[in-house]
Amino acid sequence: MTIRTLLSAAAALALTAGMAQAQVVGFSQIGSESGWRAAETTLTKQQAAERGIDLRFSDAQQRQENQIAAIRSFIAQGVDAILLAPVVATGWDSVLEEAKEADIPVVLLDRQVDSSDDLYLTAVGSDLVHEGQVAGEWLVSAANGEDCRVVELQGTTGSSPAIDRKTGFEQGIAGHDNIQLVRSQTGDFTRAQGKEVMESFLQAENGGKDICALYAHNDDMAVGAIQAIKEAGLQPGEDILVVSIDAVPDIFQAMAAGEANATVELTPNMAGPAFDALAAYWKDGSVPAKFIQTESKLYTPSDDPQAEYERRKDLGY
Amino acid sequence: MTNPRLLPLYATIAIFLVACVICYAQFPYMASTRVLGNLLTDNAYLGIVAVGMTVVILSGGIDLSVGSVIAFSGVFIAVLLRDTGLHPLVVFALLLVVTTAFGAAMGGLIHVLEMPAFIVTLAGMFLARGAAYMLTIDSVPIDDPFFTMLQKAYYLMPGKGRLTLIGVVMLLSVVAGMVIAHRTRFGSSVFALGGGVQTARLMGVKVGRTTVGIYAFSGFMAGLSGIVFAIYTGSGYPLATVGTELTAIAAVVIGGAILTGGAGYVFGTLIGVLTMGLIQTYIVFDGTLSSWWTKIVIGGLLLMFIVLQKGLLRLSTARLAGGAA
Repeated sequence: MTIRTLLSAAAALALTAGMAQAQVVGFSQIGSESGWRAAETTLTKQQAAERGIDLRFSDAQQRQENQIAAIRSFIAQGVDAILLAPVVATGWDSVLEEAKEADIPVVLLDRQVDSSDDLYLTAVGSDLVHEGQVAGEWLVSAANGEDCRVVELQGTTGSSPAIDRKTGFEQGIAGHDNIQLVRSQTGDFTRAQGKEVMESFLQAENGGKDICALYAHNDDMAVGAIQAIKEAGLQPGEDILVVSIDAVPDIFQAMAAGEANATVELTPNMAGPAFDALAAYWKDGSVPAKFIQTESKLYTPSDDPQAEYERRKDLGY
Repeated sequence: MTNPRLLPLYATIAIFLVACVICYAQFPYMASTRVLGNLLTDNAYLGIVAVGMTVVILSGGIDLSVGSVIAFSGVFIAVLLRDTGLHPLVVFALLLVVTTAFGAAMGGLIHVLEMPAFIVTLAGMFLARGAAYMLTIDSVPIDDPFFTMLQKAYYLMPGKGRLTLIGVVMLLSVVAGMVIAHRTRFGSSVFALGGGVQTARLMGVKVGRTTVGIYAFSGFMAGLSGIVFAIYTGSGYPLATVGTELTAIAAVVIGGAILTGGAGYVFGTLIGVLTMGLIQTYIVFDGTLSSWWTKIVIGGLLLMFIVLQKGLLRLSTARLAGGAA
């Protein structure tokens, strides 16, 4: 009888010990409005599974009230940490304060909030200006000192990625007078608009013969523009260099076919660095910097684009 | 014999209790004051607007403008507090006047033009959303000491649950709605109108005044809900609460009111709102289910209630026919 009690007590102890090790993390995601967002969700789940973290996922369907309610439920559940990809920048003060009072660290993913920065542990995100700069620097080295007339496909007018990626690119090519930005128009981040605007660029620039390179603020517009260049009887990737940002699967396909030259990655793996920061925090309470910048990695045809395509195509893009 | 009109209310309460038991069985921690506090706080704006919607639906009407009016209210408050030195209470009063007048105007149009409420309030929905965008296209934070105080006002229940000010406002709105709908002359006129405009006229109900009153009440509640939503999020955002009017209608139907009007209880609406909140909480607690399951379950419940209503209607007509024979 006593042995049985002892055994069951030991079993219960072992069980609680095992449970204590699995950290529970709540993740409040905005929704699944874009392929990139879906890939971020997939990667967050993968990263959690790899680290043995018990991830509670909540899709807010683009509504802030759903996100606030989800965070409150996470707090009520007593999770060990909360990941938040906020749908808007404002309105998070009171719920973040509740999390702080409950001693639950919050990590922001991908987007920022306008609350005071002592209300969250850290924010993981990409530096959009830096992305543009990497693209600009690649073009400087690709042009190799020769004269190069560049056309630019901008993102949605007035949106922060469009402004920052333009600024960054200009910083990247600054001081190299051989590179000249001759035309710049918005393609609204879409494939169809990218193709249409590129067609007008080609007509305006002597059928495209005067253009040496295209810089697109995202891969989708670049893919559309590649189509337009082909239809104009030119060879994209050779007659006109193509550099863009995001690193979505389709651009790697174009790269494998020799039609695109470079892309800068906006990594959907924001959760990896977030979990690393949390692991350090749980271990010895070390507080990370308030902003963790993800790597803006440059991919060129020498990086085996076919393999990159295979690696990404199932992430939900 | 029991009143067949009470059956949907009993069904609503039964479903809520069953949902509570299921939640408790799977996640015992859900029976905490924290979850209770969250349920009231997170659904405060929805509960308030649903009270207004209940009165509208009891009269056989519908108000599609309320979601946009909530968004407009948030933006109105945020922009006025940012650009003028007015005290928040003055801004609240101004806002309630605006939204009540807006509702009254819609009610007037519905009555005078003899237009379906659906069309008039649809126009109101676009108008209010457009007006919100006219004020600002950004999300505007609210930084006002009095406002922050309202946000932080709560009573700490035993077990660390927070009974927030906005949760209390919601409960008070429900009580006020119950009194207005079930204990006043205006309430009886609403029920009479829900039974049919002709019969209501014959009963001596002032149809025009009542219609204006109903939509003014709904506009007032939408404005109040907008204030609560602004306190809840601490900001005004023109894209907020898209589709909330439909969620409110769903809460009213799950609460046991009959969509054609004339029967229902404001208390049932509260239970309907809490049931929907409970489903959402369950799905977040589980953490592996897609949050779209919330919509699927709500859709299923709606369907069930509509079938139940039809069944009851058959039952009562059969009984009437039996009585005549």
